[in-house]
Parts: sequence; C-alpha cells; structure tokens
Amino acid sequence: MSGPQRARHHQQDGRRRAVVTGLGVVSPHGIGVETFWKAVADGTSSLGPVTREGCEDMPLRVAGEVRGFDAAETVEGRYLVQTDRFTHFALSATQLALDDARFGRADVESPFSVGVVTAAGSGGGEFGQRELQNLWGQGSRYVGPYQSIAWFYAASTGQISIRNDFKGPCGVVAADEAGGLDALAHAALSVRNGTDTVVCGATEAPLAPYSIVCQLGYPELSRATEADRAYRPFTSAACGFAPAEGGAVLVVEEAEAARDRGAEVRATVAGHAATFTGPSRWAESRQGLAHAIEGALAEAGCRPEEVDVVFADALGVPEADRAEALALADALGAHARRVPVTAPKTGTGRAYCAAPVLDVATAVLAMEHGLIPPTPHVVDVCHDLDVVAGRARPAEPRTALILGRGLMGSNSALVLRQGDAAPSADR
Amino acid sequence: MTRRRVAVTGIGVVAPGGIGVPQFWGLLSDGRTATRRISLFDPAGLRSQIAAECDFDPSEHGLDLATVQRCDRYVQFALVAAAEAVRDANLDMAREDPWRAGATLGTAVGGTTRLEHDYVLVSERGSRWDVDDRRAQPHLERAFTPATLSSAVAEEFGVHGPVQTVSTGCTSGLDAVGYAYHAVAEGRVDVCLAGAADSPISPITMACFDAIKATSPNNDDPAHASRPFDAERNGFVMGEGAAVLVLEDLEHARARGADVYCEISGYATFGNAYHMTGLTKEGLEMARAIDTALGMAELDGSAIDYVNAHGSGTQQNDRHETAAVKRSLGEHAYATPMSSIKSMVGHSLGAIGSIELAACVLAMAHQVVPPTANYTTPDPECDLDYVPREARERTLRHVLSVGSGFGGFQSAVVLSGSEGGLR
Repeated sequence: MSGPQRARHHQQDGRRRAVVTGLGVVSPHGIGVETFWKAVADGTSSLGPVTREGCEDMPLRVAGEVRGFDAAETVEGRYLVQTDRFTHFALSATQLALDDARFGRADVESPFSVGVVTAAGSGGGEFGQRELQNLWGQGSRYVGPYQSIAWFYAASTGQISIRNDFKGPCGVVAADEAGGLDALAHAALSVRNGTDTVVCGATEAPLAPYSIVCQLGYPELSRATEADRAYRPFTSAACGFAPAEGGAVLVVEEAEAARDRGAEVRATVAGHAATFTGPSRWAESRQGLAHAIEGALAEAGCRPEEVDVVFADALGVPEADRAEALALADALGAHARRVPVTAPKTGTGRAYCAAPVLDVATAVLAMEHGLIPPTPHVVDVCHDLDVVAGRARPAEPRTALILGRGLMGSNSALVLRQGDAAPSADR
Repeated sequence: MTRRRVAVTGIGVVAPGGIGVPQFWGLLSDGRTATRRISLFDPAGLRSQIAAECDFDPSEHGLDLATVQRCDRYVQFALVAAAEAVRDANLDMAREDPWRAGATLGTAVGGTTRLEHDYVLVSERGSRWDVDDRRAQPHLERAFTPATLSSAVAEEFGVHGPVQTVSTGCTSGLDAVGYAYHAVAEGRVDVCLAGAADSPISPITMACFDAIKATSPNNDDPAHASRPFDAERNGFVMGEGAAVLVLEDLEHARARGADVYCEISGYATFGNAYHMTGLTKEGLEMARAIDTALGMAELDGSAIDYVNAHGSGTQQNDRHETAAVKRSLGEHAYATPMSSIKSMVGHSLGAIGSIELAACVLAMAHQVVPPTANYTTPDPECDLDYVPREARERTLRHVLSVGSGFGGFQSAVVLSGSEGGLR
C-alpha cells in the first residue's frame, strides 16, 4: 500500500503516527550506537583539547571532537570528495541508522515514499575555509567545482537523497540548537501527511579554525581550559558550554508502514512545540520554554506526571539554567522536582543542531536499557531539580521530554513515547 | 484533521531595480531588466562579472545604525521586506497573540558575504590556515549561523511562536512559504511572516558558480544577459533581494477585516535523487511536485492560468522545466503562459522563490502576466508560450510557481484567487 492509500485508510482509525525504527550516531563518544551508549551509560566524558589543525592557539580550548572517524568505511569516495566533514558525518550516520532499522532497498516501495530532513547550524565550514583560502591566496580559478555544493546548509539532505535514491519530500532547517527537534517535528509532519519513511537528523562539524573564530562571539561559549571544568550546567561553577562535532540520524516511519515490513517500533514522536524569545535573552526563555513544553505535552495527550525523564537543554549559563529549571516548574508543576533530569551532552559537548537529536537517540536507548544516563562533570546542583549525576540510575522510562534552546532565541520541546504509542483512550 | 484555508494578506519586496512593491511591479510589468556589471566588488578576473544588484541604502528604509551593524545585508533586506509586508497587511502585531504568530524565512547561502569579508581579515588575505581571531569584527557569530535570519525578523516584529530558517538551496523561498502554509493550515499559528532573503554577490559565491559554468559570461551586454528559454541562453545571472508574505488563517484575516490578495492552496516538494547540480531531461520529480500541489488545491492541471517558471536560463534547467510542466499540465501547457522574472531581476538563489511568489500575488492582483525579458530566439526543446518581452493581460484564478535547486530539490506552490473577489 503506498503512502496516499495508507493515508486514506487511516482516516477511519486515527491519524498517521511517526515512529522511530533506527538510530545512527557519529559522536565524540565514538561511531555507532553501541559505543555511544556504553560511554553515555558509564557517564564517560569525551571532552578534550581542541586538536584539529590550525586551532592550537585559539581561545577555545575544550570541545567534543569526533576521533577515529573514517568516512570511507561506510561512504564511497565519490561522495566524500565533494562534501565537507559535516556531510561525511551525515552520510555515515544515515547508513548506520538504515542498517540499525534493517531498512534496505527492498523496503522502498517507491523512491517517493522516503524523504530526508536535516537540520544544520553552520554548514561545511572546513571545506568553505579551504576554498576561501584558494580564492584569496591564489585566485578565483583555484576555487574548485564542489564549493557550490559542499558549503551550503542543504548539502547533507541532498547527498543523503542522492546516495540512497530517496525522492520523497526533502527539507533543511537551518537553525540554532533547537532546530534539531524542529527537524524531527518536520519529519513527523511529513509522515502524517503521507510520506512513509523520513531519514531525519543533524550533524555538525564546527571545529575548523575559521568556524571557531566565528563562534568566539557567542558570550555563552566556555573558554575554560580544563575539560572537566568547561561545561557544568546547573552548578554554581557553570561557565558556558563546550561545542562539539558529530550528530545523529534517525529513521522515522509511519507506524503501520513499519509494522508492514516487520520493523521493530522503538519509540513514537508523540508531540512537539516551538517558541521564540530572542537571542541570549535567557530570562525570557523561561516563559518560551514553558510554552513549548505545554504545547508538546498537549499534542502528545500527555499529563505532566507521565513524563519519566527530562533531557535538559542544559546550556551551562547560570541565567539560562535557572530559566530552564523554572520553565520545568511552570510547565510540570510539582512533578518538576520529582522527575529525573539528565544532560548527557556534558560528556560530548553541544553539537549545535545535532545536540537534541543525540538526546532523542539517547532517550530511545534509555527506554530500551531501563537506565537513565548521568550528567558528566556535574556535581552539587544548585537548582530545585533532580539532576542525575554521578552514576546512571535504573528506571523504566516510557515517556521522555527532550528540550532544546538555541543561541538565536528558539525554544523547542519534544515528547517521545516508548514503542508504538497511539494516543489511546486510556490516556 | 480539518485544514484551515491560508490567505495572503500582505507582501513586501526588496529586489534589483527598486526597493518596494510598486518599484518591483513597475519593473516586471514594463519588462525592464536590472542586470548590470557588478559594482559591489571588483569582478575583474571572474568568468561572470554581471549581476542584478539592489540599490539599497538601509537608512532610507528605517534601519538604524545598530541594526545595520548587527545584521548582514541579506538580513537587512528581509527586515525591510517584512516591514512593508506587515504594513501592507494592515497587521498590528501588538494586537496579535505573539505565541500564535510565527516566522519562516528561507536563505540559500545566508551570511556568506560577511563571512568572506571577515575571513579576508583574519587569514591575512588567505595566507594562513590558523586564522587570527583578534582581527574578527563584532557580530561575526550572527553571520556564522543562518538562524539569524528568522531570529532577526521575529525579534523585530514581536513574534513568539515557531520561528524557522529554511535552507533548501534555490527552492528555499518556495519551501519557506510552504512550511508556513502548513503551520497556518494545521493551526499551529494564526499569522506567519514567510519569505526569503539572500545577498550572494561576493567573490567566493561568484567564483564557485564560475567553477561549474552555471552563470552567464555575457559580460559585454549585461542588460540582455539573462535569457531564460531563449536558444542563446548560457547560464543564470546572479541576483540578490528578499520578499516576505504575510500568511494568515483566512478566518482570522476576515475577522480583523483584512484585505485578502489570494490563498496559498497547495505546496509540495520532492528530491530527484539524481545529482547535486544536474537535472534529468524528463522532469519526473518536478512534475510530481506540481501534481501533488495541485492535488492539495483540489485542482486539475487545466485550471492553471499562469506558470511562474524557475527559468534560470541554464540550458538544462529550462529544458527540464518545460518537460515537467508539459507532463503535469498536458495539452493545457501549450495554452498557458509561462514566464521567468529571472530575466529581469536575476537569480537571487534562496530569495528568488519568495520574490517569485510575490510576483504571482501581484500578477493576480493586477490580472497581468509578467513577461520573460530578452526572449527572442526559440529553442525547439522549449516550445511553450514564454510571454516574450511584454506583459500580458489575462484572467488569473489559479497560478503555479515552481522551483528547482542544488541538491535535486523540486518544489511547487499553487495560489488561488480568494472567493469574494480579488483585491
């Protein structure tokens, strides 16, 4: 049954639901879900000195670098030569996610039934810097033919579509951190409107020298020199965030389409909402984030007490951390003090748009492993929240709330339910 | 789920040839061109040395010095276009629920002009990889992230609902309006500022299109360089600009007594999964976008009265697009005027899709089809009615706008005259 037919079929029994069937991760913790989860569950930190060429003397000293990544293990050379590192990550993570979902060519009824949506915070910075150097150092004839397709924000969506022959609706959200959740919401919308499968996620590679220079203007960027002190949200020692590269791609499918092909339905994208309160206006983000949480819960048909775990935005700026704690109290009431809150991203750094996508992947894994991962580097929480610090906490989370806020002023919230969670009568 | 009807109640345009809607429509309805030798920098040595530039003085359009310093040229374009659109819609943002208002802006290359400017400083003209951060100018981080575009517009107009920057290359301007259309139709917002902006006329962007010979080398005759559908066409002419549309729930517009230009009645996008810059001869994927958008509008292809073409003026694009439109509209394609305003205002990458939608709104308001300037020599492979050189009066009820972009993206938007007459 094709997408439009299934859409008609579902008019009798409720709307089409977007579910997650596969995860692909390329992160500072390593490549692939198993390596990633082991580090996350152990509370390991992969933050470290910035070692990429030309970055040695930068005032940014600590970041989450992806090490030991060989794109050629998963992606053909002809794609690698015409793309930046952020697209290398995206192509690899996509292949890992498709493999994880056991989604192969045989599962594609029509190429038009599979769409691609990515979020991008800064595009192909390293490739762009190299071509700028060619232009200004040598002359316009030295600019290569791939600059026009490697630097721009749509590069990953386009290349994922081409490499996999996916012709469904393609989208690119060029965004701040919250955009990773907006991209997932966009994919869920595409599924509800008739697309059977959407490959969706975000990967970033913002650690080229000139890219770092650009980020130095963010007052929220941590300039700490030691990895274990650089990114400690919700503590009195909070001094900003450490940036990171890498990201995650998810296979999102229509629930019935997934079942038809015998795929395991791992989680349901149940609700999402987004608001805007302005760049670096962290006090105002309290109201914006609370609105987003309330909107996402309403769309999911989810009461505050049903939230079993919160993946916090955890910016690491005192005013922003306070606003987030208060937003949770505003939106969840008394439950905000009881619900476990975690921010595993303190062990990887914030990979901009990719940060909340990694959190969604982590939430799926946390539900499957019955374990809420901890928040590395964080001790002595100074807010009225139950932040999971130190060791992972055994639990049976079935509903996760994932939060993201961006440096340009966006706030997003996403509700994820374990398995195939129809908004049924018992809720 | 019932979908709400989506009205266009205001438009604003910053385009080459004059800033503002009256100047823009004057250029299009006269069939004049705004392409010339590049003046924003010295283009000597480039293969393509021509562009359609905006004569834009931000202080003339109400932008204060602090805003000008904080915002790149493309963001300034968007702010000015948005202000005109909000005025045109007679929209008082102070009376709107800010959490029910959104902003969705598209851009293909964002702040690259500013990024290049500061790169030259920190790298000492490309002489070092380990660039010197102390030479960077303030606000560079705002050029680094394209989220700045929608953020700046949302901040200026007090928007607190969902805010997104859409960046699907050269279809960004159609897709941004498409995203906003969904948000209004599905009830997530009541009002949305939707549009796109780009200011890509800089050495790196001109050089990277030189490298793939996508832009026209007609440096000796800039005014006639952009020649969509003409047999002599040899590439697009770079442009810059912005357009913003006020999209609104139709009932919401009626309740506040707003004049309605028309409705957005359908939108779709697909990928060709073929090549980042190449197009097939058949145009199957664009045809599917057109068919799907028509389906959402509950229209048959024969209902389309005008096709606003992507018409970039490259050999492959114009063939591809002609094939796609024939595939979707059938015999009716031959009886339907189809024109490219890129012949007059150039190709402003991500911005042009929204500028073209503004042109469609104006075409319906005036019941006039804008022409394809410079069209003189027919190409046997492009055999539709391209409205050569002169605007044409015509009854326009339903209009189709299509776009095609790097990455293989193919998008289509359908606009329909609102019941109760046109403004």
